[in-house]
Amino acid sequence: MKADVGAPVSAPAAKPGVGEFLRLPPFGRQFGGAAEYVVIPALALVASLVLFGIFVALFGKNPLDLYFYMYQGAFGTWFSWQNTLTRAAPLILTALCTALPAQLGMVIIGGEGALLIGALCATSAALALQAAPPLVVDVAMALAGMAGGGLWIMLSGALRQYRGVNETISSLLLVYIALAVLNFLVEGPMRDPTSLNKPSTPEIGAANMIGSIPGMDVHWGLAFGIIAAVLSYILIYHTVFGFAARVAGGNLRAAKVVGLNVGKLILIICFLAGAAAGLAGMMEVAAVQGRTNANLAAGYGFAGILVAFLARQNPLAVIPVAVLLGGIGASGGLLQRRLGLPDASVLVLQGMIFVMVLASDSLYGRLSFFKGKS
Amino acid sequence: MAGPGDIGLWTVPLAVLGGAVRVSTPFLFVSLGECITERSGRINLGLEGTLVMGAMAGYGVSYLTGSPWLGVLAAGVTGAGMGALHAAICGLPRVNDIAVGIALMLFGVGLAFYLGKPLIEPTAPHLPSIDFGWWSDIPQVRAALRINVLFLFGVALAPVLVWALRSTRWGLIIRTAGESADAALAMGYSVNWIRMRATMFGGFLAGIGGSFLSLFYPGSWNEGLSSGQGITAVALVIFARWNPMLCLGASLLFGGAAALGPALQSVGFSHGYHLFNAAPYILTLLIMIATCSPKRTLIGAPAELSITR
Repeated sequence: MKADVGAPVSAPAAKPGVGEFLRLPPFGRQFGGAAEYVVIPALALVASLVLFGIFVALFGKNPLDLYFYMYQGAFGTWFSWQNTLTRAAPLILTALCTALPAQLGMVIIGGEGALLIGALCATSAALALQAAPPLVVDVAMALAGMAGGGLWIMLSGALRQYRGVNETISSLLLVYIALAVLNFLVEGPMRDPTSLNKPSTPEIGAANMIGSIPGMDVHWGLAFGIIAAVLSYILIYHTVFGFAARVAGGNLRAAKVVGLNVGKLILIICFLAGAAAGLAGMMEVAAVQGRTNANLAAGYGFAGILVAFLARQNPLAVIPVAVLLGGIGASGGLLQRRLGLPDASVLVLQGMIFVMVLASDSLYGRLSFFKGKS
Repeated sequence: MAGPGDIGLWTVPLAVLGGAVRVSTPFLFVSLGECITERSGRINLGLEGTLVMGAMAGYGVSYLTGSPWLGVLAAGVTGAGMGALHAAICGLPRVNDIAVGIALMLFGVGLAFYLGKPLIEPTAPHLPSIDFGWWSDIPQVRAALRINVLFLFGVALAPVLVWALRSTRWGLIIRTAGESADAALAMGYSVNWIRMRATMFGGFLAGIGGSFLSLFYPGSWNEGLSSGQGITAVALVIFARWNPMLCLGASLLFGGAAALGPALQSVGFSHGYHLFNAAPYILTLLIMIATCSPKRTLIGAPAELSITR
């Protein structure tokens, strides 16, 4: 992809001085810095686990049991690994929905809305193409889901660029609007009359379901998520387009001075971000639920925000962090059964991690251990 | 002519009016609190979490003590605690207040669901309301005019806050911190300390707004209690140009929009019910589109506010 470089300065070449504009240095640009980007979030994670242990101890549970069951439920067995990876798949994609706009300095938190709209569009595509061969249906579903989710988040980006509307608030409002649209459609025009207790759309059909990755009980969404994350990484750190986006995110005025078309950057990045979340919605329909209903609003969009922040908005780091957070989600069931903790305990832990990670932002550059290394 | 209870389509505007008063109360409290927080130069996006925590704490304390007013107080104190947490983290160097708000929104909602699990079953005593419709025989009119005491508090609070911001020492200090942190520092005030108090005050009011949800309308504790009222109220402050009196008007407008769906449903018009539920969010978005501009900062916006820079 080529950046829109205007007349006055021909190319924002990678002179050393320009690097100062970058808020997020490329992974491994400097050894000490890179270590800091791993160690500090890890410290925050450990601190929040300790805090959560204290929290459940207040309710008379043994924190050691807690950690044991969390490990068991997340990574203890092959079964729990598969559960973890199945949950990680949508998290990678919804995290990209926050991480990509973050390169431009935008805080988009509407991944949940794009996921729901993506699911609705994908389901509509499948229902419209009943007679087509499964491969055509699945491709159409993916394209429809990505287009729907992409346009949904692009709306936030456009409002920010052309109307100055804060993108954080508008993207969150769009989540509630998406939820209302979904409820309206599954209880009205798109309702399957046979779905009595749980209003749903008709099923997309068993033939159109996306199967598992060979050798494991994890659907293909994981592979697509990883591919999307790697492509995003390449786009952001190894193309002129991504470089332009990071310049615009680091210093808007500098970007305008060198003639970058910031509006176009915002729209494209927001579309890609929404498309990732929309693809997550399509995967949830085509590989897990088989239809669209309120079950899809399972909070993957919101957990994705946390994944993006914990990964420090780095698309590649999103993958392991999503697996970690997927593991926490997967262990929720075991915690509920064995320790009698409410299902919301996963939300509490996620919230603690989020708060700790943000608080740990103040540690960068202040730990004497890393000084003199970089 | 039918009996006095049958007033035909007049039911809809009456229900919207009554609903506007009922539904607007949480919007009103959250937006008044956020207004003060933002005037001090910091934005707290976590008020959705504060609202839900307040609803849970208010319901729990009201159930345990039998006094809904103690519940309201507990909700306020819980909210102030959430505000203190927000302010404490934002006071650290290089921490972004918007991100902390998002984190506390998720944390508050999760914590409230966790702690509130045992509260779904029991019924707690509700807040009293005053019957302003005693003169009427029509039940719909009486229902619309049964107004909760908290709403009246909120209505009274708005002009008080306008006055306090304009004419008191604290109002001036808060506005100074919001317009120029350097100026506040030069006057010898700790900006973090001012914002800590302003955020705690905002959290206190947001917690009270939450207690209204669980203790009056809808009047029970469950996990679907709040759906975005907190964040809508934050957007509403922008629309209200950081003026408490305009917050009052905007809250009533939003309450009316949110009451439209249930009002139409009550006369049997249930098609598109969910779309009408989205009315306040769509309205918020449209108002923000209409009033924001990429060219200039908003009139009345505190200069230190990260969201408008």
